[in-house]
Amino acid sequence: MTRITRPLILLAPLLAFLALAYVLPFAGVVGWSVTLPEPGVQNYAAAVTDPLILSVFWRTLRICVIVTVVSVVMGYILSLLWVRGTPLVRMLTELCILIPFWISVLTRAFGWLALLSNRGLINGWLEASGLIDDPLRLVRNEFGVIVGMVHFMIPFAVFPLASAMRNVDERVLMAARGMGASRTRSFWQVFVPMTAAGLMGAALLVFVFAIGFFITPAILGGGRSVMVAELIYLRIFQSPDWGLAAAISVILMVAISALLTLLLKQLSPKGAR
Amino acid sequence: MIRLRPGLIATLLAVLVGIFMLMPLLAVVPVSFTPKRFLSIPTDELSLRHYRTLFEDREWAEGIWLSLRIGLLSAGFATALGTLFSLGIWMFRPRFAGLLMGIALLPMVAPPVVSALTLYFFLITLTKLNGVVAYDTMLGVALAHSVMIVPFAVVLVSVSLAQVDRRMDLAARAMGASLGTRVFKVILPNIKFGVIAAFFLTFVLSWEEIAVTIFITSVEAVTLPRLMWQGLRDNIDPAIAAISVVLIVIVATVVIGRAAVTALRQRGT
Repeated sequence: MTRITRPLILLAPLLAFLALAYVLPFAGVVGWSVTLPEPGVQNYAAAVTDPLILSVFWRTLRICVIVTVVSVVMGYILSLLWVRGTPLVRMLTELCILIPFWISVLTRAFGWLALLSNRGLINGWLEASGLIDDPLRLVRNEFGVIVGMVHFMIPFAVFPLASAMRNVDERVLMAARGMGASRTRSFWQVFVPMTAAGLMGAALLVFVFAIGFFITPAILGGGRSVMVAELIYLRIFQSPDWGLAAAISVILMVAISALLTLLLKQLSPKGAR
Repeated sequence: MIRLRPGLIATLLAVLVGIFMLMPLLAVVPVSFTPKRFLSIPTDELSLRHYRTLFEDREWAEGIWLSLRIGLLSAGFATALGTLFSLGIWMFRPRFAGLLMGIALLPMVAPPVVSALTLYFFLITLTKLNGVVAYDTMLGVALAHSVMIVPFAVVLVSVSLAQVDRRMDLAARAMGASLGTRVFKVILPNIKFGVIAAFFLTFVLSWEEIAVTIFITSVEAVTLPRLMWQGLRDNIDPAIAAISVVLIVIVATVVIGRAAVTALRQRGT
């Protein structure tokens, strides 16, 4: 008897709390998706046939792929210095990663508005220097969304990349150089392949995060390039269609679960080999 | 020993990425000193009016106070639940530990917007039953934040438990210590920094939580991020620049301070 109840005293509070406040309500959302406005699967049918919704799915996918590639490449460069630089360089790189990381997503989106908007700093400089007459449209479009999202995601790309780079055995690199490989060649043919698992992990992590993301796109997209998460928000609060919003959420949840399963396989020791 | 340092091209590219990372944070500073009422760069004169707004406008003070209370409540609750759960997994290694851990981490890995809709459903259901822990109330938001941050408490406490020597607990048990004694006298003193770190991280996460908060509040429980969100969506209010500068200065001080302490300590040894 005690053998079962004792672990339960410790485990039950959290499990009961999440069951009540998360798992059951999610079941309720699934319920909405098949009962609102009337019972049936018409919401799912609409989600996969309505050209408007499909275009949002495609835009989300396109933006997320671009954001993933750019963040991982930029994160790779930053990780390189964070892991292999001199102590001073390492400290400065760390500041460039950690200060933005700890600052709220709203402040960061606001910073990009201050830089990119029509009356922002970049357009101000360009006009003052006479390079342009009319302000460039840098924000409230897809470009602004991508810039803001890349900025948000870089730290999340850096953490798995840096940990992969720390595990690279330095002697292998020295062996490559000792046997006559140039710096460039030992980087591309030895170092990069040895961090491939980290690259895959970082890419999947960023992609999974990006796909359900909605604050940065909502602020920097300005309603013009709606992504899937913002679509759910709009279908709840602006042109209500709760059933459809619930159906899209369920589809999103299933897609993310599939990707996460892939991520876990990638991160497990067996997957890395 | 020869260390293989990054070359010139890598360093130059990294400098560009570093500038990219810091640029939006620096851009906020000049905007916060604009004398105008809309987003603009000050040209002739600098003004502190937007900083004054933060002190004089009750909205901002109330938002900050509300976010503080919600942060402390939900971080305390989440850290307590997360610590108990991690202890349970570590001490008893139950069957299906992986599955249980997966359930505990669910709100962390699910897309934020799906969690937001789920918690919206949860709170409007609660609203039908009572008016205290409900949609658009302080306790409702604190409860929803607890759901979102509890996985992070579980992760931090579990990481810290992984470094504790299990034989210590086994010795205590063999000598007849009760569950309470084992937890409070033997294990907790060894993971106190992990628990404190969990409280700190979950507080920060609640303090800046916005995705869920948008779904579960409207006009009553306006937290600081909710207030900033409104200012960003409608007409961009430069007071947001002022509060952003304050937040950036706090974060930068803590991060740089920590880096400096680490650097000094390394030099000392």
